Amino acid sequence: MQKYSVFSLIKNAFSDHQNWEVAWKDPTPKKEYDVIIIGGGGHGLATAYYLAKEHNITNVAIIEKGWIGGGNVGRNTTIIRSNYMHDDNALFSEFGMDLWRKMSQDLNYNVMFSPRGIINLAHSDAQMNAYSRRGNSMRLNGIDAVLLNREEVQKRIPMADFSDNVRFPIFGGLMQPSAGTARHDAVAWGYARQADSMGVDIIQNCEVTGFDVTNGKIVGVRTSRGDIKAKKVGLCVAGSTNILAEMLNMTLPIETHLLQACVSEPVKPLLDHVVTFGAGHFYCSQSDKGEMVMGGDLDGYNSYSQRGNLPTLQHVLTEGIAMFPFLSKLKMLRTWGGIMDMSMDGSPIIDKTHIDGLYLNCGWCYGGFKATPASGWTFAHTIAQDRVHELNAGYSLNRFNTGDLIDEKGLGTKTWIS
Amino acid sequence: MLYIFCPHCGSRSQNEFAYGGDATVKRPELNKEISDQEWDNFVYLRKSPRGKHLELWHHISGCRQWIKVERDTSTHEIFKTYKANELIE
Repeated sequence: MQKYSVFSLIKNAFSDHQNWEVAWKDPTPKKEYDVIIIGGGGHGLATAYYLAKEHNITNVAIIEKGWIGGGNVGRNTTIIRSNYMHDDNALFSEFGMDLWRKMSQDLNYNVMFSPRGIINLAHSDAQMNAYSRRGNSMRLNGIDAVLLNREEVQKRIPMADFSDNVRFPIFGGLMQPSAGTARHDAVAWGYARQADSMGVDIIQNCEVTGFDVTNGKIVGVRTSRGDIKAKKVGLCVAGSTNILAEMLNMTLPIETHLLQACVSEPVKPLLDHVVTFGAGHFYCSQSDKGEMVMGGDLDGYNSYSQRGNLPTLQHVLTEGIAMFPFLSKLKMLRTWGGIMDMSMDGSPIIDKTHIDGLYLNCGWCYGGFKATPASGWTFAHTIAQDRVHELNAGYSLNRFNTGDLIDEKGLGTKTWIS
Repeated sequence: MLYIFCPHCGSRSQNEFAYGGDATVKRPELNKEISDQEWDNFVYLRKSPRGKHLELWHHISGCRQWIKVERDTSTHEIFKTYKANELIE
């Protein structure tokens, strides 16, 4: 594989950038693989990469019904954080933060990781107390957390509404300085390029149509490009999880919902951090191109459509304008939607299943992007060793049966209600 | 924008409604010994199909009645709506 560096950039400039190697190949599927990963999104690509890198398993195929980077990995708002209270979530996410910090070097691909800090705004004394508790829990798990008062928030984001007589005055906020953003497409492309160079077959435009299970053991996958045998199969398909589960006669604690995001026209740099509104569901950051990147609530009903409806967008942006009044002056550049695998407690599932050799990675709700490296790393471990790693032991499938829920947001079984 | 036909009020915009989830889920009978697995199925497990989905909606800013809606989850097309107590073939 051609290494990317300033020297290769200069060298290729002389040939008008016509001679770059392809980043990954377009192979025809083989008859058999050791491991098939279904879903060529961020998590699937990362899983294949860590299978090859950490476990020397390179006879691997990634099967993707669309194209690399076309799903949620290219549709999210690129936020990376580990500001969780529960141990399972905090330790898992903080492990991921370490992988994010090293990712550009590790993948030889600039993922533009930008640890610009995230501020969760608080709008009441009660919320300040809750954030103080969460911040302390984070610090006990070795994650940086700073409780900001109103003046300290105002110093960092003076464009927020600090005027008198607002409906939700800003009391302060909880900041995780090491959180940030990254270029989401680059994450997909970087993982794809490295996985491909280590021998993983990335098979695009290949839809799974069924599974071959014999005596409780997975033996292969049926696809639109023929049957492929496999010793192990990993499911990494986010919003399409229930469609595949139905083919396997499995019913999961997952509902598929629609989430919208949007960006404004680009403006000069004004927002240094990722900021979330505390009295509703709205978050905002500024991209390197200057666009305000915004998102918020789910549309609120089961959907596989990847496009949203205006009432939800209007509701979300109303919250945005309550937080940052200047947003009302901006034109909207683009809006889009993605489909989320909403789990019943708001936490993910990375586990084995009752079918031998079949592994499940789903339930990321709207927080999948930041988990990309940690999810890939632990899922690769679970597949390669046929047992869960201690980092994903809490993300079991049977926790709904045993009552060991990881109910981080306290939303119960209706995580789509906000 | 979805337009939902409330069997009590007529066609109204989705803004007047709140979503209530899968309408095919049945609560286990009262006063009957049931296994943890049955509770698990009722509380947590959902089919979440792509295609036709029978679901509950609450006409919260209208007549405040719960209704059932048959809707396609990939096109958002609404086929038919029912009163909550209506028997569905």
